[in-house]
Amino acid sequence: MTQESFSARRSTQNQQAETEQVQVNTTGQSAGVDDLLDEIDSVLESNAEEFVRGFVQKGGQ
Amino acid sequence: MSARRLVGLETEYGIIRPNMPKANATVLSAQIVDAYAQLVAEQDSAAKAARWDYSDESPLQDARGFAMDRAQAHPSQLTDLEPGLDDEGIWTAESIALDGNDAHLGSTLYQEKESTDVVMNMVLGNGARLYVDHAHPEYSSPESMTPRDAVLWDQAGDEVMRRAAAAAQRMGSGELLLYKNNTDNKSVSYGSHENYLMPRGIEFSSIVRGLTPFFASRQIFCGAGRVGQGMLNERAAFQVSQRADFFEAEVGLETTINRPIINTRDEPHANWDKYRRLHVIIGDANLGQISTLLRVGTTNLVLSLIEAGMAPQLELVEPVLALQQISHDPTLKAKVRLRGGVQLTAIEIQRHYLHAAENYCAARGIDDPDTTEILSRWAQILELLERDPMDAADQIDWIAKYQLVNGFAQRHQLELSDPRVAMLDLQWADLRTDKGLYYRMAERGAIQRIFSQQEINQAVASPPEDTRAYLRGMTLQRYAPYVVAANWDALSFAVPGARKISRFHMPEPLGGTRAQVGELFDTQLEIAEFIDELARRR
Repeated sequence: MTQESFSARRSTQNQQAETEQVQVNTTGQSAGVDDLLDEIDSVLESNAEEFVRGFVQKGGQ
Repeated sequence: MSARRLVGLETEYGIIRPNMPKANATVLSAQIVDAYAQLVAEQDSAAKAARWDYSDESPLQDARGFAMDRAQAHPSQLTDLEPGLDDEGIWTAESIALDGNDAHLGSTLYQEKESTDVVMNMVLGNGARLYVDHAHPEYSSPESMTPRDAVLWDQAGDEVMRRAAAAAQRMGSGELLLYKNNTDNKSVSYGSHENYLMPRGIEFSSIVRGLTPFFASRQIFCGAGRVGQGMLNERAAFQVSQRADFFEAEVGLETTINRPIINTRDEPHANWDKYRRLHVIIGDANLGQISTLLRVGTTNLVLSLIEAGMAPQLELVEPVLALQQISHDPTLKAKVRLRGGVQLTAIEIQRHYLHAAENYCAARGIDDPDTTEILSRWAQILELLERDPMDAADQIDWIAKYQLVNGFAQRHQLELSDPRVAMLDLQWADLRTDKGLYYRMAERGAIQRIFSQQEINQAVASPPEDTRAYLRGMTLQRYAPYVVAANWDALSFAVPGARKISRFHMPEPLGGTRAQVGELFDTQLEIAEFIDELARRR
């Protein structure tokens, strides 16, 4: 089997498996949010006001 | 008709040097691209990058059948010129000192280890383009054929940028921070464009009709979320899309001013008689893989409906207003006005498109895995959004951000106008995986992903195999020292001893695949033999 047809088959199987799953996972989702909020002070840049003010971009497309 | 189509995604990243807020953004962007060129050169003495070739660009050609006068064009529309760091007089002694050596802009072919030229524009071994677009570093993904591949090589761009920023710091450019967002929330926006290959024969007016209601409403599953409303951030309120408030027109050629929902740039980078490249400027840059998958997959299906003459007959009374009304209502209950006295929500508009696509695919027996996946995810997501948008928080970018913003504001009793909320909104899009809040959420399993980091790393190194990106990327990997220039549809070689440059055109985007030219790379051909073999297969 060529590498190409192998990877095509693998990706098809993944796709079917993932599509069949019901895509609701809200319990794990809120736990993740709470978890991140618990430690957000150590992650968020501390000088918020100055940092945000300094984020000035030039326009793009 | 299917969810498969040749697609390329472009992202302009926000960039700052935090301890030097006034540093020139073009210079910082050049440092990113140049650092990546040096990184590539370090990894392989035969550098896997080539200079960009501008000769096939025509940014002022309008899809409605005319060209804009160069003299009337805004300078930012002249994307066929090599951008120079001295354009605005900014390549000054000060800015040169900023990156700590005597670098200057040169006509670098590819970066030599000893060279001091700054690389502004390069082609990568995965077939992508990395360059300085005005004042932002931009990654344009290689052409891919499936929605999943479009996601994968878009994510590869984020990884390229991360590596470039790390390399720039290591090489003495200081800490450069990159953001995958679309506004500085003060007054400006920068884009993430999508490019879709279409047959030239489709009337442009039918594209405009078919796409406008779809584009105004698809943000409900591919918006990136923004704390702030209005171009100037006049109101501290959350909205679905980063880009919505920066659009002012329905159809037009501009991309930087008076932005239109449907952009008419007609520059196919391919056989002009056969193809059109639909240049879509209205999307948000998505960090999330599912939002990107839905954005590309559903757009592919809607374009197929338009090509088949089967798009729903919907017409918004005021498309720009509708786009903003939908964006400004995270409950997704807002109704927008359509011709015929009807008012629909964004979910209802999307359902019209979904049903048309489902019916068409069912009638024709179209059931390839990509189409099946997109139809199924599209139906599922609309169902979740109808029930409660928060149920889609682990899939959709704006909802994941909205939930974090709300949780944070409630916990600390903050108004949305608080600078810490603005910080959270910005840091959501920080590309550093230990700082970026999107990545912190995804790492906790709070956001679904379809590709692992290992797969993304693989896509940084290798091109898609089923488009001409394969030939471009592999050529760069194997023969970079001889590639004097490259662009989307050509490769130019300088062969030792030959008097002329050999230019190889690739007008067929679906050609140059692994199936067609893979065997050339299985053997170790000398450069002259390689070019002969290529020419033989033309």
